[in-house]
Amino acid sequence: MLKQLEELQLEALNELGQVSELKELESWRVRCLGKRSKLTQVLRSLASLPLEERKKVGALANATKVSLESSLAEKKKFLEEDHLASFLGRERLDITLPGQPIPAGRLHPVTQTLEEICSIFTSMGFQVAEGPDVEWDYYNFEALNIPPQHPARDMFATLWIDYEETTEQARLLRTHTSPMQIRVMEKERPPIRMIVPGRVYRYEATDATHESMFYQVEGLAIDTNITLADLKGILFEFCHCLFGEERKVRFRCDYFPFVEPGAEIAIECLSCHGAGCRLCSYSGWLEILGAGMVHPDVLRRVEIDPEVYSGFAFGMGVERIPMLRYGIDDIRLFYGNDLRFLKQF
Amino acid sequence: MKVSLKWLSDYVDIKIDPQKLAEKLTMAGMEVKGLQTVGNTWNNVVIGQVAAVNSHPDADKLNLATVNLGPQQITVVCGAPNISVGQKVPFAYVGARLIDGHTGKATLLKATKIRGILSEGMVCSEKELGISENHESILVLSPEAPMGMPLADYLGDIVFDLDITPNRPDCLSIIGIAREIAALSDEPIHLPEIRYEEMEKPIDSLISVDIIEPDLCLRYCASLITGIKVASSPAWLQQRLRSYGMRPINNVVDVSNYVMLEHGQPLHAFDYHKLEGKQIVVRRAKSGETIITLDGLERTLTQDTLVIADEENPVAIAGLMGGLNTEVDVTTTAILLESANFNRSIIRRGANHLNLQSEASIRFDKGLNPDLPLVALKRATQLLLELAGGKAARGIIDAYPGKTAPSAILLSTKEIKRLSGLEVTVDETLRILRALGFECQETGLLPPQISVLVPYWRSDMKCTADLVEEVIRIIGYDKIPVTRLSASLPPQKSTPERSFKRKLRNTLVGWGFQEILTYSLTSMEKLQRLSLKLEPEVAPLQIANPMTKGQEYLRTSLRAGLLTTLANNQKHEETGIRLFEIGKIFLPQYSSVIAVGQTRGSGEGKVKQSTQDKEGLPQEKEMLCAALSGSRRELSWHDNKELFDFFDAKGVAERLLEQLGLTSTFEPSDDEGLFPGRSADVIIGGDKVGVVGKLHSKVAQDFELSGPVCLIEVDVEKLMNKASGAKRYQPIPRFPSITRDIALVINEQVTFQQAEDIILSFPLVEKATLFDLYTGEQIPEGKKSFAIRIIYQSPKRTLTEREVDKIQQQMLAGLHRELGATLRG
Ligand SMILES: [Zn+2]
Repeated sequence: MLKQLEELQLEALNELGQVSELKELESWRVRCLGKRSKLTQVLRSLASLPLEERKKVGALANATKVSLESSLAEKKKFLEEDHLASFLGRERLDITLPGQPIPAGRLHPVTQTLEEICSIFTSMGFQVAEGPDVEWDYYNFEALNIPPQHPARDMFATLWIDYEETTEQARLLRTHTSPMQIRVMEKERPPIRMIVPGRVYRYEATDATHESMFYQVEGLAIDTNITLADLKGILFEFCHCLFGEERKVRFRCDYFPFVEPGAEIAIECLSCHGAGCRLCSYSGWLEILGAGMVHPDVLRRVEIDPEVYSGFAFGMGVERIPMLRYGIDDIRLFYGNDLRFLKQF
Repeated sequence: MKVSLKWLSDYVDIKIDPQKLAEKLTMAGMEVKGLQTVGNTWNNVVIGQVAAVNSHPDADKLNLATVNLGPQQITVVCGAPNISVGQKVPFAYVGARLIDGHTGKATLLKATKIRGILSEGMVCSEKELGISENHESILVLSPEAPMGMPLADYLGDIVFDLDITPNRPDCLSIIGIAREIAALSDEPIHLPEIRYEEMEKPIDSLISVDIIEPDLCLRYCASLITGIKVASSPAWLQQRLRSYGMRPINNVVDVSNYVMLEHGQPLHAFDYHKLEGKQIVVRRAKSGETIITLDGLERTLTQDTLVIADEENPVAIAGLMGGLNTEVDVTTTAILLESANFNRSIIRRGANHLNLQSEASIRFDKGLNPDLPLVALKRATQLLLELAGGKAARGIIDAYPGKTAPSAILLSTKEIKRLSGLEVTVDETLRILRALGFECQETGLLPPQISVLVPYWRSDMKCTADLVEEVIRIIGYDKIPVTRLSASLPPQKSTPERSFKRKLRNTLVGWGFQEILTYSLTSMEKLQRLSLKLEPEVAPLQIANPMTKGQEYLRTSLRAGLLTTLANNQKHEETGIRLFEIGKIFLPQYSSVIAVGQTRGSGEGKVKQSTQDKEGLPQEKEMLCAALSGSRRELSWHDNKELFDFFDAKGVAERLLEQLGLTSTFEPSDDEGLFPGRSADVIIGGDKVGVVGKLHSKVAQDFELSGPVCLIEVDVEKLMNKASGAKRYQPIPRFPSITRDIALVINEQVTFQQAEDIILSFPLVEKATLFDLYTGEQIPEGKKSFAIRIIYQSPKRTLTEREVDKIQQQMLAGLHRELGATLRG
């Protein structure tokens, strides 16, 4: 009987060794460990054996059962891992295939720049306001110290709706965002801190550096004790935010009819770093902003006392900034809206 | 304004490096755009004297010129017709770097055989030296030019190209710039001394001047010279005019130009003997009066033109151009020299009207000071007597109806500090202002104040702020401290419109739309193409002076720009395009009151109103317009090559409104630009806020678009106002819901909305979603099948299958009764 058990175990293990698939394993279990298996028959027949032998054979039979069961578990684990490995092998992807395309939209580079400019100034406490594109001569010129026939009108080639520049009630397309200085000051009392982004228009033939429509951002701050030094501080900070802390900034005297003293802000050329190149017309500098202290006559016109209050105004072209940053050499690309251009930003 | 450093040196000692000087001028407001060194390439070019001129044995038009160079004489071939013995000329040795007269390129001069004669060197033209474009003749130097001297030492110069701002007409002159340099470098200015002899005969016995329009001619000065000889100017004078870029003509014209460049005051010379009645009348032109100007054109004048006339006829258009009838030519022996001040507006209008912009009109236009004519006239008279001979009549005509007393401006160092933030001492202020020619006096008051008298050439100085700028720009803006704005922060208000637009933009960008920005101006043709009607819905505002036909009208729709952009991009984009623009359209409107220059408060007289009905500013309306074209997905191996259709556009509108917390309905639209039956008005609370739909194929064709295009158009302001309500939170359901799917067979004419309305009218129905729409096999002709998922939900309890069954039975009965719908078998 004992010998029979040993042979039985040997045979079962031998068979188990030949099993190579999970589903065969179950039939092996039924054959070797099932109700009709030889082992079960041995266990059932124990009752008929004498006590001494029953003890011996019983212990061995149970040990055999436990041993075969653990061999089965081991084999099962082995086969399962093997199965998974081969399954994964079959399911391998060509991971170099392109992914599912997600539609990607972008903001226009000018919008991106406007957002950036506005966020720099709003962080300094400036509010954003917008004004009309179609303006009265009065706001665009007259109220800004540029009466009819003033030579400074030459600085602004104008698109007119009403063609007479002799009346302040002529309508025109604003040539700069500065009319909003007047509109804001007519409504608000100091302290004022305002920026105005918007479209402006010029009677101008277009080429790589000239557009008939472009964007400007105007700035205005009015209060007691505002100085040119504050203007310099604000605009230097702005230039450093946009063009980096290391960028050299130049603050020089310039003329605009509605400010006095007037100033211009230039940054060191991004292309030649001041050595002089075509981009900067060999000056080493790139003009970024026009600015100055709001002219006392302008303040008087909106009933703000220039002896009590002072303030500054500034204005800048927007397209120039991405042009300089990204090396864009043709301003017409912005409103040509070619997707091959727009998708680069 | 081009200025020669040598010429400037006549009036001020320039001790600093020209590059440094250029920087100083730029910083002080006089931008130096260019700095040109004349003569830095003239190695091996020296001054020679023509010793002999013989004709070339084998060429009619060529000469052999023998040039004396001091230590040696060289004979070269020369083709210039103006060469003659005794002239001082620039001579280039072999090896000199010259501009080739024909190609314009810099080349090294080599010894060459010309028609058999070896020529080792060359007598140079202006073009060959790079001075001007003149290649017809050789450059003839002044007889005093020292023989053998390198030309660069004699003629070399540095020319500054300055950008003069419109407020500084005084700097459209060499002396004006010299004054700036003097003040910037703290050097004295030396002005030319003016002294000349006069005849016995007084000028007013020879000519009379009558100003009829004293508002348009503030001052008229004139001198009279008899016995002059009109000839070429001396070489030095010609050279100076050339340094500015002006062509020498004759001594009379050249002197008036020279003085204009020197002092900034335009002058004009008349042939005295050609003046009828020996009188000058400054008057408006008679309507239809004509004059033949010096350029030979006959010009018909209007009363808006100021003329200088003699007894009979106009002899010049004031400030713009002289008349041919009194032209100075070689036969002239007596001239009347005019130096006057004219109203800048009338000059500007005249210059634009007659298209007569000139060096003179540019200066008058900027506004010259009426004290300048006398100074300039005396200087010109002196120079003419020196260079053209003759005698001056005694005295000067000086009609000066516009004389005003100079007024003083008060300035304090406190004010300088208040505006500029820069601390400047009284002494420094006085030094700078005096250096600029201002007369200053301390008032002795406390705090210290300076009373400043403005010199005649600075008519731009009107107020204290102007003086503050003068002081700080001479000190240098780089000395202004950098401070942080410490003024009080104004109350921060929200800007809902801006935030709303940003939200719309970011949402669409997130859904794969590319933002575009298109021109506000468009053409009538494009606006007409947008609609099947020939006229645009709204008459657009027209530009009076459009630059091009394509930019003549203010857009009344964003569609034209969007569709044009789409068509342009379709040419190269392979797959679907999603575009949008948020921008203004311009709708003309009339307003009965135009408040122009209306200031705050009730300052009477400040409010300028027109009570007539007058066209006002247009309504500027923010719109959003988006377009979809091509395939829904990018070209990919995955799937789905379907094209965008109406429901993509509608989906965008629905989701956008949903995100804004708005409930909308869609109703058939009669939009003229969209496809009938495939377009819908977007309605919120009974109000149309926009439209979605497929672009009409006629419109698509006119814009040269390929494939179907779908549009979404929304009125941004309306949308914002509707979306402004505060959102309320809805509790998350606490009890499970029950889901039922039904498939209805229904007549084709029945809309989904009709079915949905009935379903949603039943209690406990939370949501009905259409998940399939089917026609074809198994569905009878004229019918369709809706597969709808219905979710039942109660906020109060868990629903039972039984009660849902009951509701659904009633619902199906209702759908059958109202719409003839049956359950699909
Ligand atoms: Zn550069």
